[in-house]
Amino acid sequence: MSATALAPVPTPEHRTALPWRTQCAIFLRLLAIQGSWNYEILLGNGIGFCLEPALRLLPEGIHSDHFKQALARESKYFNAHPYLASVAVGALARAELDGEPPERIERFRTALCGPLGSVGDRLVWAGWLPFCSLLALAVFGLGGGPVLVLSVFLILYNLGHFGLRLWGLRTGWNNGLRVASALANPILRNGPEHIGRLAALATGFAIPLALYRVIGPGRVLLGGVLTAVLLSALLFVRLHGRMEGWRLSLFILAAFALFSVAH
Amino acid sequence: MWIDLLPIALLGGLLGLDVVSFPQAMISRPLVAATLAGTLIGHSLSGLLVGAALELIALETLPFGASRYPEWGSAAVVGGAIFATHPSHPAGAMEMAIVASLATAWVGGWTMVKLRERNAYWAARRRAALDAGSRGAVIDLQLLCMTADFLRGALLAAMSYALFAPLTSAAIRAWGTDARLSRAVVVTVAASIAVSAALKIFHGISGARWLFLSGLVVGLAVIRIV
Repeated sequence: MSATALAPVPTPEHRTALPWRTQCAIFLRLLAIQGSWNYEILLGNGIGFCLEPALRLLPEGIHSDHFKQALARESKYFNAHPYLASVAVGALARAELDGEPPERIERFRTALCGPLGSVGDRLVWAGWLPFCSLLALAVFGLGGGPVLVLSVFLILYNLGHFGLRLWGLRTGWNNGLRVASALANPILRNGPEHIGRLAALATGFAIPLALYRVIGPGRVLLGGVLTAVLLSALLFVRLHGRMEGWRLSLFILAAFALFSVAH
Repeated sequence: MWIDLLPIALLGGLLGLDVVSFPQAMISRPLVAATLAGTLIGHSLSGLLVGAALELIALETLPFGASRYPEWGSAAVVGGAIFATHPSHPAGAMEMAIVASLATAWVGGWTMVKLRERNAYWAARRRAALDAGSRGAVIDLQLLCMTADFLRGALLAAMSYALFAPLTSAAIRAWGTDARLSRAVVVTVAASIAVSAALKIFHGISGARWLFLSGLVVGLAVIRIV
């Protein structure tokens, strides 16, 4: 009998927590999860990149077939909101280290893509980001200087951003393949609507103040600008889908610049 | 102008990287990016002013999934730097800074698409190694794509600034419209985009329109008091 045959077969170690250094390494890599985003595998390589520090804890080590098969599996196509991908990374790290069957992990990966994308888009891109942005514009309109405006925006936004990534990693790790139930969290379910209401209020409040600050004093001019804003906003809403507003604004402002130079 | 090119390129690269690749902390939002560029030139308040106008326009283009959107990070650096080089804010300076930013954002969006195609090509070339679970291939691909994104943003910011900075100076010398009126046109366009974007984003939320109107009333009352 050979020495290899006598060697004990490593069994998956059921961990209660990831080592602190591994958690830090995964968290830092999560910030770069979209680094190799592309139209073929989307976030796939990023998921493998983030999971790699956790896979190093596999009992057979980084040169084993087990490690290579796990890394290859985790680097395939994946799509999710970049912040909520941390839920997937935590859950997949748990599943791989617990020795779940590969087919089960692959099915789980596929099932997780949709919900993590749509929840994140509604909560962050259509809620938290515009809200923080409008709040910062309100602070700007109220006379805030560069340091104050940037501090309000960056601190508030990133409390949500980093908090969500940390929560996702912990929740994913704690729940493993049962993480779907955690997505029913009230913040994820009802948060977008509440944040949306706050953002609507902030829009109304911030815009006249920001206009006033950029144009400078003069109520007649401000009144004219506000009326024009409301009328053209309704026109832009009607144009929805036919032309993007930022492109239209480029054409309008370029035409105005040409007129002003030629005038 | 030429002495500013290297720091602007570096800032453009860093903030271009933040848009998608790393760390997506929204330091690439126009409000932040233009202010940082203004600070680099020595006039942060100018950067903040142009950043606020750009931020209103950028509210329309949120980075949903794989959608194509303008790249605001490098673009706002260009706009902030151009406006800050004219700290007395002569007529035409803000308009030209915004036009420069919007044009750069447009080209930046296109370069992002090209970069994503290039990333796919690099991933395909490493397919065998990735399928074999090579640790080196996974890390190498991630770092290569991020480096390319940084260079993309840096080159874009430098080229755009080199093009638009002299163009802006020439336009300011020939500008024939009143300064306040010119600025009013810019903010009217920017705020119209912001309001229409908000109406679209919050369309399905009950009570959002009333909250918007309530906010508007309070905002106007504050202006009256001020």
